[in-house]
Amino acid sequence: MGQYNALNIAWNALRGHKNWQRAWRDPEPKSNYDVIIIGGGGHGLATAYYLAKNHGITNVAILEKGWIGGGNVGRNTTIVRSNYLLDGNSPFYEHGMNLWRDMAQDLNYNVMFSPRGVMNIAHTKSQYDTFARRANTMRLNGIQAELLSRDEVLEREPIIDGSADTRFPVWGGILQPDAGNARHDAVAWGYARAADQLGVDIIQNCEVIDFIKQGERIIGVKTNRGDIHADKVGMAVAGSSSRLAQKLGIRLPIESHVLQAFVTEPYKPLINGVVTFGAGHFYVSQSDKGGVVFGGDIDGYNTYAQRGNLPVFEDVIAGGLTMMPCLSRLKLLRNWGGVMDMSMDGSPIIDVGPIDGLYLNTGWCYGGFKATPASGYCFAHTIANDEAHELNKAYTLDRFAKGYTIDEKGMGPYPKAH
Amino acid sequence: MMRINCPYCGEREHSEFTYGEDATRTAPDNDAPMEEWNKFVYERDNPAGEHIEYWHHAFGCRAWLKVQRNTFTHDISWVGLPHEHPEAES
Repeated sequence: MGQYNALNIAWNALRGHKNWQRAWRDPEPKSNYDVIIIGGGGHGLATAYYLAKNHGITNVAILEKGWIGGGNVGRNTTIVRSNYLLDGNSPFYEHGMNLWRDMAQDLNYNVMFSPRGVMNIAHTKSQYDTFARRANTMRLNGIQAELLSRDEVLEREPIIDGSADTRFPVWGGILQPDAGNARHDAVAWGYARAADQLGVDIIQNCEVIDFIKQGERIIGVKTNRGDIHADKVGMAVAGSSSRLAQKLGIRLPIESHVLQAFVTEPYKPLINGVVTFGAGHFYVSQSDKGGVVFGGDIDGYNTYAQRGNLPVFEDVIAGGLTMMPCLSRLKLLRNWGGVMDMSMDGSPIIDVGPIDGLYLNTGWCYGGFKATPASGYCFAHTIANDEAHELNKAYTLDRFAKGYTIDEKGMGPYPKAH
Repeated sequence: MMRINCPYCGEREHSEFTYGEDATRTAPDNDAPMEEWNKFVYERDNPAGEHIEYWHHAFGCRAWLKVQRNTFTHDISWVGLPHEHPEAES
């Protein structure tokens, strides 16, 4: 398959681009693997890649019920950041930032990581004070953060309504300058291709129907393409975690909710970085193709439907237009929904168990995309060593029972509120 | 758009309502072991399909309602008062 490089492109261009090979194989499933990863989303693909690269475990299958890039990895707003407060989260996401920076080189695939800055806007003095606390906490944790004055905010993003008579005038902001965006599809394809080159089998259209148990240990899975055995089975099926766990009689601290996202027609450069509105829930950036990509709150009721309802749609747009009135002139191209594993404290779970042979990766709420590399890195470590990495040791399943929840917002066990 | 047929007000758009939670959970006794309390507070059935849940008619009569709704299709098959149960109707 070879490396992608400039010479390669030139050579193929001269031959009419007829000689490109598929980016990863399409193998038949074998009957036995060392490790099975259920779910070929970003996290599953990254996990398989790091299992092969960091731990030398290459006899790995990824079982994807749909196609690569068709789930939540293709349904997000592509934002990458690590502006967290709590000790359980900060080092994990900051390690992720390091992986994002080198990802294109590491995978030999242009994931278009663009550290264009993530700016949150404050609209009151007290909100600005909480941002100051956040910035200080981030800097103590070695994460870049800057407080911005009102003028600095408006200088960075001139299309924000800076007038004094707007409903929520801008007071200031907080900036994580090295955060930004990455191309979500490229992340999936890049990890898939790199994992495949290391020997991982990516098996699409392969739905796990049930688990195969021997005594109290899981030794494989039943799929629509036959039984597949493995020493270890990892679950990375955000959106469907409860449904799969139910087959094992496990109830998870998870509710499924839908998050809607939106993209407009392509437009000339309008928004420089990632911007979030502080008086409602609205986050926006502009893709390299020009589409203005934005989202807001989850719909707020349990659902497995990959579509939301109009009240939240209206609420998101209203927030956006309050902050950037000129967006009202753009035509909306697409609106879609993704099903989120909303956990009881708003933080994820990467853990061994709760059954022998099973490994759990779930509960990403609506922050899963940015976590893709760090999640794969830590989940691979957890599967290979049967214990958590230093970075995910707080993300245990039993933290709820033990009282060690990681609740960034302090909302308590109400998934719709995280 | 989902519409909920409030027993007091009639059929209204769901933007008049706020979502409560899974209506099938029941709290254990006060002196039940912590394990049971953990299950009650943190674990959910989270079914894919029929779900019985509470909604609050916040911008209407302000009554709490029990609703049976499909989490795949958003179809609402039954609405009642909190002490009622869908099966009692059929």
